[in-house]
Amino acid sequence: MSQPMPPLKVVESSDPVAVPKRVALVRPDARATLRRVEERWVMTYPNLILREVICFQVVVIVLAVLALLFNAPLEGIANPLETPNPSKAPWYFLGLQELLHYFPPVVAGVVFPGLVVVALVVIPYAKINLSARPLWSGDKARTRLWVGGAAAFLAAFFALFACWPIVVPTLLIGAAMFSVYGDGQEGRLRRFLVSVTLPEWIMTWFILVATVLTLIGTFFRGPGWSLVWPWNMYPPA
Amino acid sequence: MNGNAFSFSQLGTLIRGSAVYRSIVRHGTAETNRNRSLVIFENLFLHVHPVKVREKTLKFSHTYWLGGITVSALVVLIATGILLMFYYHPSVPQAYRDMKELKFVVDNGVFYRNLHRWAAHLMVLGALLHMGRVFYHRAYRPPRQFNWVIGVVLLLVTLLLSYTGYLLPWDQLAFWGVSVGTNMAKEAPILGPPLRFLMLGGNIVSENALLRFYVLHCVLLPAALLGFLGVHIWRVRKDGGVQGPPEPPADDEVEP
Repeated sequence: MSQPMPPLKVVESSDPVAVPKRVALVRPDARATLRRVEERWVMTYPNLILREVICFQVVVIVLAVLALLFNAPLEGIANPLETPNPSKAPWYFLGLQELLHYFPPVVAGVVFPGLVVVALVVIPYAKINLSARPLWSGDKARTRLWVGGAAAFLAAFFALFACWPIVVPTLLIGAAMFSVYGDGQEGRLRRFLVSVTLPEWIMTWFILVATVLTLIGTFFRGPGWSLVWPWNMYPPA
Repeated sequence: MNGNAFSFSQLGTLIRGSAVYRSIVRHGTAETNRNRSLVIFENLFLHVHPVKVREKTLKFSHTYWLGGITVSALVVLIATGILLMFYYHPSVPQAYRDMKELKFVVDNGVFYRNLHRWAAHLMVLGALLHMGRVFYHRAYRPPRQFNWVIGVVLLLVTLLLSYTGYLLPWDQLAFWGVSVGTNMAKEAPILGPPLRFLMLGGNIVSENALLRFYVLHCVLLPAALLGFLGVHIWRVRKDGGVQGPPEPPADDEVEP
């Protein structure tokens, strides 16, 4: 790239033989960038390989310390005649088990997890995820209608089932979305909130709901799936 | 040590120069960039990597090493899992007795069981965090769409692995944890009950279920995981390396 580029002459043609230099057509949802910045490249060995080895060693050391300090749980031998109360699934399913408390099993155990998996799979194929526009950067009235409507509908739907662990995060995220709807005092937090895109808001909502449900199921549910404080839990979570 | 004694570096040079060593590793020491390239692409396992990587992708904040942490946990799981298999019988009540043997009889048995347990938690957590990182960095966008889908499959296989392993100690925790989960599967319309029967080898969690979960946990699911993981890591390279946080548009660039 030491020689200066000759001036470009624009010729319109669809014949690639006559006009070998082409102008790319860029769809608005595929962000094509032309950068003149030279990127620095380094050899994979040793730069990356060494880091991978270090990562592995750190993981092994941390796990070994954990394994020395904390024993894996082991209760009495399995007894189909003696149901522990409460009986809990592994922690990563406790969010779903918590949902069982509010919804019929087919909804909590099949419909919701099915929807989550489908939603995760279609993320990279949904147009809404490909545009990186901040939430309020487009037609504000339209966005307000759809986003406000969706949040209100979700909150009302889950309130109908008295599923407050979902209603509260839904209202919180909705409030956060609308907190940057109008003008306000310019600040760091506001600048960040303004830049958040719709898919990011939705994912944040999902993660918040999943975390709240999992925490409640793990630490706040005792006999008969009643609400208890973690320090009153027996057997301990 | 006197001056005539062999030093370790001399020993290393001698070994690396030997005919046997050169028949295994064909390239010389990694002192030149050519040989550093050969380290990568003459090795079946390392050549999932490109020979060169962009320098900025090595920064910790680029990926937080979450994928690497997850794979590291997997390596620990395979190593400790194989050791545990030597002492484990997937039968009732021997499976539970084996847990007691691991604890009171086998040297370091409880340590390896603990390692396996915590590594399993770390792998689930690492995969979840990795997925979140990729999402917020928008790294699922073209050309990486399909690799995201493979990642979702890997997450599901990871959860199934963890879940099938949960039954194997055959204690109350295992039995009732799995009973709760499989009762949920029963609720799926049409496919639910037959799927549950197939999974458990019966209508309740029993010795048949233990054997089936054991085979799934030790053979089928790990094989599936390694297959998909190979494709997942290979595609990272094919799609242009790891994608970090989205960059702000350059000065001369206009957002379309």
